[in-house]
Amino acid sequence: MFRFRDKEMADKIVQKLREMDLQITLMHVCGTHQDTLVRHGLQPLLEDVGVDIRQGPGCPVCVTTAKEIEESIALAKAGKTITVFGDMIKVPGVEESLSDAKTEGHDVRIVYGVNDAVDLADKISNEVVFIGVGFETTTPSIAVAVSRRPPKNFSLLSCHRVIPPALKAIVEMGEVRLDGLIEPGHVSTIIGSRPYEFLSEEHGIPQVIAGFEPLDLLMGVYMLAKQKEEGNARVDIEYRRVVKPEGNPTAIKVMDEVFDPADVKWRGFPTIPASGLVLSDAYQEYDARQRFEDDLAELEGKEFKEPKGCRCGEVLRGVIRSEECPLFAKTCTPTNPIGPCMVSAEGSCSILYKYSKHAEAK
Amino acid sequence: MCLAIPAKVLEISGDVATVDFGGIKKEVDVSLTDAVVGQYVIVHAGFAIQVLDEEEARETLALFDQILGGNVA
Ligand code: SF4
Ligand code: SF4
Repeated sequence: MFRFRDKEMADKIVQKLREMDLQITLMHVCGTHQDTLVRHGLQPLLEDVGVDIRQGPGCPVCVTTAKEIEESIALAKAGKTITVFGDMIKVPGVEESLSDAKTEGHDVRIVYGVNDAVDLADKISNEVVFIGVGFETTTPSIAVAVSRRPPKNFSLLSCHRVIPPALKAIVEMGEVRLDGLIEPGHVSTIIGSRPYEFLSEEHGIPQVIAGFEPLDLLMGVYMLAKQKEEGNARVDIEYRRVVKPEGNPTAIKVMDEVFDPADVKWRGFPTIPASGLVLSDAYQEYDARQRFEDDLAELEGKEFKEPKGCRCGEVLRGVIRSEECPLFAKTCTPTNPIGPCMVSAEGSCSILYKYSKHAEAK
Repeated sequence: MCLAIPAKVLEISGDVATVDFGGIKKEVDVSLTDAVVGQYVIVHAGFAIQVLDEEEARETLALFDQILGGNVA
């Protein structure tokens, strides 16, 4: 796979782009894409040839709302055993994070995947709540685990979201001019290319599903530039070694069986129709929100303010870049994060910090 | 959190496969794929989410070469 890092080929693509004399703005929605762009120094290279790329709402941790974090903390405080992906634990709710709750002595455990949480529920008698965060890449694994009917002391706090409705929201809000979308390779591994087609058909936006090596992204950009030049708008697949037009049908089937769509809020966005997932009727018994309704009652109807001065919302909508936030690398750093985009390894603020001079100086 | 990385399937028993991430062995759930021993799978959060198509990988690189009009391959 290292061929996908070939320097000579990369230079050739950049040269081709230069010859096209571009002035375009693109958006991708994937923390792993952002990491490749920043780590390999592609962003300045591309800017130099007239390609501005922004990270949209592509980090499941970042778009999780303060309310969802507060729900997790409330359940920890009510004595449940909380199991969660490592990235989530430091994300601030209103006043504190799950990590703070753990320090206070509540039972919060990091797991690598949902099966670890199910195994834990098998071993202990306490209620085990899994905080389900993730896009279509992650959701099928949760769906499989739930479909196997885990032990009765297991439940899911679903914060799962799906990508296409968020893209639709971004396009319809029209805050950023978008000449093309780079679709996330691993989300697309599951859903395939078809769920994006309406954006090309109805909104005339060129799209490409790209992989995560430098050449994948550069070629993806080239394919978009080509579509634009030729006046086309369709969904190209660059990441053919993993993404099929139909996606992964087994994964889609189990997701459809276990989850139903729901209208949910995303951090930085208003409620986006059908962009969230709740457990379907057949699996209601595993829904932590129903099982622990009483513990969560006081959070209902409450307003949750964003951290003061944090511009994650605009970062997530692609309106500004991380470096345009006045708090970036000043009061907001990975050791003292103010917003979720600085906490999550896939947040654009933390990625920029990690590879910038700020991190080296430490 | 949502990194997905390729690993080689060494052994499969039911839904669980032993895979090799460049020297590190791990067990992953392969129920979402029909992976067989010897193939590479893309692994995310303890689950294989797709089989990596090596033939397509070669074709993609060949296509890049063609587009770029060189023979760097
Ligand atoms: S790997 Fe998937 S979930 Fe993770 S950032 Fe990329 S697209 Fe998003
Ligand atoms: S730098 Fe910090 S405060 Fe600013 S948008 Fe990013 S996370 Fe929020």
